[in-house]
Amino acid sequence: MLKINNLKAGIEDNQILKGINLEIKAGEVHAIMGPNGSGKSTLASVIAGKEEYEVEGGEIDFEGQDLLDLTPEERAHKGVFLSFQYPVEIPGISVSNFIKTSINERRKAAGLESMPAKNLLKMLKEKMELLSIDKGYLSRNMNEGFSGGEKKRNEIFQMAMLEPKLAILDETDSGLDIDALRIVANGVNKLRTKDNATVVITHYQRLLDYIIPDFVHVLYKGRIVKSGGKELALELEEKGYDWITKEADKQWA
Amino acid sequence: MSEKRQQSEDKLLEKVTTTEYKYGFTTDIESDTIPKGLSEDVVRIISAKKNEPEWMLEYRLKAYRAWLEMEEPEWANINYTKPNYQEIIYYSAPKQKPVLDSLDDLDPEMKAMFDKLGISIGEQNKLANVAVDIVMDSVSVATSFKEKLGELGIIFCPISDAIQDHPELVQKYLGSVVPARDNFFSALNAAVFSDGSFCYIPKGVKCPMELSTYFRINEAGTGQFERTLLIADQGSQVSYLEGCTAPMRDENQLHAAVVELIAMDDANIKYSTVQNWYPGNAEGVGGVFNFVTKRGICYKNAKISWTQVETGSAITWKYPSCILKGDNSIGEFFSVAVTNNMQQNDTGTKMIHLGKNTKSTIIAKGISAGKSEGNYRGLVRISKGATNSRNFSQCDSLLMGDKCGAHTFPYIEVKNNSSKVEHEATTSKIGEDQIFYCNQRGIGTEAAIALIVNGYCKDVLNQLPMEFAVEAQKLLEISLEGSVG
Repeated sequence: MLKINNLKAGIEDNQILKGINLEIKAGEVHAIMGPNGSGKSTLASVIAGKEEYEVEGGEIDFEGQDLLDLTPEERAHKGVFLSFQYPVEIPGISVSNFIKTSINERRKAAGLESMPAKNLLKMLKEKMELLSIDKGYLSRNMNEGFSGGEKKRNEIFQMAMLEPKLAILDETDSGLDIDALRIVANGVNKLRTKDNATVVITHYQRLLDYIIPDFVHVLYKGRIVKSGGKELALELEEKGYDWITKEADKQWA
Repeated sequence: MSEKRQQSEDKLLEKVTTTEYKYGFTTDIESDTIPKGLSEDVVRIISAKKNEPEWMLEYRLKAYRAWLEMEEPEWANINYTKPNYQEIIYYSAPKQKPVLDSLDDLDPEMKAMFDKLGISIGEQNKLANVAVDIVMDSVSVATSFKEKLGELGIIFCPISDAIQDHPELVQKYLGSVVPARDNFFSALNAAVFSDGSFCYIPKGVKCPMELSTYFRINEAGTGQFERTLLIADQGSQVSYLEGCTAPMRDENQLHAAVVELIAMDDANIKYSTVQNWYPGNAEGVGGVFNFVTKRGICYKNAKISWTQVETGSAITWKYPSCILKGDNSIGEFFSVAVTNNMQQNDTGTKMIHLGKNTKSTIIAKGISAGKSEGNYRGLVRISKGATNSRNFSQCDSLLMGDKCGAHTFPYIEVKNNSSKVEHEATTSKIGEDQIFYCNQRGIGTEAAIALIVNGYCKDVLNQLPMEFAVEAQKLLEISLEGSVG
């Protein structure tokens, strides 16, 4: 589904990603871990198409097309979803209105009519149940006055509504208490199918107790320095990152 | 900022500046036009053309003489070349007899024009439940639903008809809220106005439909000076809406209107404006100069609510105001004012609290894009006798790009110590983060801006009658197409 090949990117003259290679197949869950400043969030932003990052080389093949040729909204239309680390507020726009616009813009791009209100309401109801969200939430303004946990849950709710092929969860666990974490993780698990893939970006092993990854990658100084199965995450939890980063530094020296 | 981003911003800004004004066509309709220039004779000609009674001519002449001694105001934060008042045509009327028995008899050219403007003046209005009066150049050309309204005793007609048919009402109230000498433009209007709408709602009557006036400038070189007088008698209720457009012309066209509202005891007037005069081109050539005086007076327990969505005009100078004379009366002002390209506006309101326990609310939302300048200017005056009065003001500015400006000039005068005044103000920019967030959800940049702006204006748009709220939303989108910051 997704094949990243020697991706190099940064901000202005500061190269952050120094040659990322990663392949993700449908049905898989990949965890990307690594110390602060290793480039995890940059990778998520570059895949989603955030403009402030300059791509200096490489490609991001998504189902046979290079995402780098597409605008952020075109990437979204193709089924790429990013759960933001810091979701933004959009004052005056209700959650339901935002989601409706989002769904209908994607349908428009695909040459489809807007989703009939009846279907939309039915879908909203189903997904709200799935994520244990109460009704009043739909009429609240996008992220305005939301707690950290509510913001993250709102991200996963949008993910549930948009049914992306590839979902990237950027530090979805940060700022969540254990109950909120469980609800969010359960939601993500329920949304898993054999046709979609999930990338979980996280600093801690904690989230991976709930969302069990098929693969774990360690990102350090803009490169993936180690990949393995879910047991790698446990090893990191126990030993920290030092043993990997020291090894990498030695090699690069 | 990265170079790439700068380029895309430039590209978008370029797009804004080339976005066309949709209503800029002209219509070829034969018209009866008098020579340009202003003099006592011109005032007399206008009055004679309208077969006006002597008192009306006297009113005009007095206003004209007052105007001669007045200076064009310069205190507003706008820059423009003052019009040459001798180069303007003060009267132009479509040749066809102005008021028709049936709208089906309308000149086909004119009908086509209204179709193009998206105004339905025929019987299909029954569905929309809107009665329309149409003023083209300076003359009312069609009024719908006159009879149906007449059954309830509601008078809704061109003001020129009201002068003939209801002189007692016109004579009593014309100039009672905005005296001719009030300011330079109100004096000019009083001298030369050729038409406008008149409305009277009798005691205790709740007007069953929206009343609406649609203003259109068509003829080149003409000024438009319309006069609206709306009287809501005791305990009555009415909702009124006006819309305005003009052709694209290289010259500046002058529009100096006066609107007077009278809300008697317990009456309720809701007055909404969607102003979309031609704003001029991207370089600031052409466009309408909009110098308008709007004011209402509230008697006991009465309420006046002004809602305006301002997207047009090269220059806007306008302060819809309320005089809260009666105890417990309420004044409201809800405004969205957009400026783009080279537009400038200086708009706001005045809330004059005279009665006890009077309340006013001001919600003003400014949006500036391109190289435009937006100004909010407002006065809240609470007099000594207006005990226990309250005002709440909120003035927000939203900036797009880094070449525009937004300014706020709030004046507050409170002369007693039992009243309460609150003022809140914010200035914000549409953030790149907000736009990227929307983009990531599949919402393109144009649609994202429309969404964010709509959210920002929601409190005001919610005040508009349903069918016009949708129109206003579309208009905002068109006005701001491509303006990302």
